[in-house]
Amino acid sequence: MSTPVLKLVAQRIAMGVLLLLAVSVLIFVGTQILPGDVAQSILGQSATPQALENLRRDMGLNDPAYIRYFRWLGGILTGDLGTALSSGQDIATSLKDRLWNTLFLASAAAVVSVPLAIALGLLAVRYRNGPVDKIISGLGLASTSLPEFFTGYLLIYFVAVQLQWFPSVSTVYEGMPFGERLSAIALPVTVLTLVVLAHMMRMTRAAILNVMQSAYIETAELKGLTPFQIITRHAFPNAIAPIVNVVMLNLAFLIVGVVVVEVIFVYPGMGQYLVDHVAKRDVPVVQACGLVFAAVYISLNIVADIVAIVSNPRLRHPK
Amino acid sequence: MSNELDYLSRRVALGKLSRRDFLGRAAALGVTTVFANSLLSSAALAEGPVKGGTLKAGMQGGASTDSLDPATWQSQVPYKFGRQWGEQLVEIQPDGKLNPKLATEWGSSDDAKVWTFKIRKGVQFHDGKEMTPDDVVATMERHSDANSKSGALGVMGGIDNVKKDGDTVVFTLKEANADLPFLMDDYHLMIQPGGGKDKPAAGIGTGPYKVVTDEPGVRHIGTKFPNYWDGDKRGHAEQIEIIVINDATARTAALQSGQVHMINRVEPKIVDLVKRVPGVTIQNVAGKGHYVFIAHCNTAPFDNMDLRLALKYAMNREEMVKTILRGYGSVGNDTPINKAYPLFSDDMEQRKYDPDKAAFHYKKSGHDGSVLLRTSDVAFPGAIDAAQLYQQSAAKAGITIEVKREPGDGYWTQVWNKQPFSTSYWGGRPTQDQMFSTAYYSKADWNDTRFFNEKFDKLLLQARGELDEAKRKAMYRDMNVIVSDEGGVIVPMFNDFIDATSKKVGGWVPDGNQEMSGGYALSRCWLIA
Repeated sequence: MSTPVLKLVAQRIAMGVLLLLAVSVLIFVGTQILPGDVAQSILGQSATPQALENLRRDMGLNDPAYIRYFRWLGGILTGDLGTALSSGQDIATSLKDRLWNTLFLASAAAVVSVPLAIALGLLAVRYRNGPVDKIISGLGLASTSLPEFFTGYLLIYFVAVQLQWFPSVSTVYEGMPFGERLSAIALPVTVLTLVVLAHMMRMTRAAILNVMQSAYIETAELKGLTPFQIITRHAFPNAIAPIVNVVMLNLAFLIVGVVVVEVIFVYPGMGQYLVDHVAKRDVPVVQACGLVFAAVYISLNIVADIVAIVSNPRLRHPK
Repeated sequence: MSNELDYLSRRVALGKLSRRDFLGRAAALGVTTVFANSLLSSAALAEGPVKGGTLKAGMQGGASTDSLDPATWQSQVPYKFGRQWGEQLVEIQPDGKLNPKLATEWGSSDDAKVWTFKIRKGVQFHDGKEMTPDDVVATMERHSDANSKSGALGVMGGIDNVKKDGDTVVFTLKEANADLPFLMDDYHLMIQPGGGKDKPAAGIGTGPYKVVTDEPGVRHIGTKFPNYWDGDKRGHAEQIEIIVINDATARTAALQSGQVHMINRVEPKIVDLVKRVPGVTIQNVAGKGHYVFIAHCNTAPFDNMDLRLALKYAMNREEMVKTILRGYGSVGNDTPINKAYPLFSDDMEQRKYDPDKAAFHYKKSGHDGSVLLRTSDVAFPGAIDAAQLYQQSAAKAGITIEVKREPGDGYWTQVWNKQPFSTSYWGGRPTQDQMFSTAYYSKADWNDTRFFNEKFDKLLLQARGELDEAKRKAMYRDMNVIVSDEGGVIVPMFNDFIDATSKKVGGWVPDGNQEMSGGYALSRCWLIA
């Protein structure tokens, strides 16, 4: 690989790290502004002033903010996310399981939805403006427009309660056989696929159509290639960058934005974990989750950028 | 006819006839469904518990922040799981009386200041160690330590010291308290080895099930403890599992699809729909929980007793029960006590919606302009709707109520117990004394109506030291009248606990002390083969 590409890639990664640092500051400041107090939230309505005072002292909530920030950052860099205020458990341990579950659900949904979306997109371009294109677009838009809790409940009612094909409760646990695990997540994966499918499919279609206007496509047509060959050999490779961008955006959504699906299907993922701890003002956990989410977003975007750079022949073969 | 019904219901209990068929045949015999259902449950009880299987509950009220340390419990799931693996000294029965648990008997000195509990012998902890009076003393010490974060700290506040004396444990109180044994039922006070001082969250107790899996906010599993001391009565299933399902629709779906056998918190809105699902039984029981509108008696304009009375007469209680609870509850009488409490007198006059009286007292109070009521959807289910209904019923008496909707986040810290007029709920307490001491005694932390009444305080302390039940009952009646007439609390309704079970569950005992059969559903019930 040539130096300009390496340089560009290195720049992207460095930018990403800087961005992550900036986000860490934002997260820390944001959690400081949240209303309410950790101690009060843990003890809830049954708090006595004395228990509150004891708890606040134990947690070191009285130190200045910048000291707590650097203490926190130092911990993260050494792999120590601290302990959860509410349950006293090690955050890294419990976060790891939850993150793994989330990644499992997201990758299952991605394995189904990404190839499906791209194939449907290609198909729509091939038969553009015909009935096939219209049906694909119409169904895709309809499935995206329905809120995910609605599709979720519909699936639960018909597939889980009436037909009893798949369980409505998607609880997964360590040591669960792989087959059972897949059966457990069948319904949430279906919902997530329906949610992200249309976006990726429509973008694939638009990106390829954009390329189809180019002069070299006309050349390809004139030299007698079949329409499908033109799409796969000439249009698609040139449309990879925007497609990867939208795929990455949707992958990021699958990881950080599925809390509603998690709640409906009782899936033990990151979203529910984060919401529980926000409700309890468990600041260390909220900060750790926020940082993980930010890291996922930033790194997926870096990947998209790098793919765009690498797939661009003008950058790979500079004059 | 009754012979045939008996025969049929026994067939159902044995699993030889479906519940649906039974109800059909019972209807053919001219029996109502309600009666037929009650026959069924008594038949299932009479057949005796079935051992084995995995009994599963889908429950609201768990989060990934939960812990096995009893001192931290405040939501449904950890506490209901705790009732299966841990035990207290005593246990409140569905009829409100106390049963011995880890204490076999107890008694007090004549002035109710020194209480002695005899500790049961031959009880094993899950780690194989024998439970001793030392463990009991250490547990009490942990929860009464001023530095502890225990939710039972308030309960333990009146105890001066706890000491072992041979087979017994002696509690010496700062002030007399005839209700001390009831306090020992508090779910935080699970007896743990060494009081749980070293490992508070180890999950080791003396209950019928021992903890095998504890995934906070996801699921909790217990397996039968083979050496449980009371094995015939509790712990029939081989394994129990609580799956945390916080979403109401998902909970109902899990019950319908057979993934769980019982669920808690069926929303009043959907009870009638759930009822129609074949094989599902709604288990509702009147409890002590109630919804309240609270006015601060020491803050203008609510420091005026006529205005408070006007606000009470302006409340349409029947309509609240009908609309907000869909009939699954009962009307309140502006006092936190109802017939679910021991020593309750049911001869108090019921306050009714009376726009004329409300208008009369409103005029007498001399108040002018609107009254600001703060509410939020976290105050109780349907609190916003309730506030609007109240606004309408009050408007008919010429009282303008301005409803301000507050954000749920921070409601308990910024609004409740801070603002002069707001909505809230109470889960109830085992005894009248505890309820009054928690929220109506002038020195209570949670005196959320700012009720400072000398006569009431005097009666409360007197009743606490009174061992004669008839006299105490009379005192409590007087106190309820004072709160109802002079207090700042408006109690429109007491809400039922509404749970649901599938047809595979046998042995359900209606128990109004808490939801899920008083919290003991998983160890009281069994799976019908």
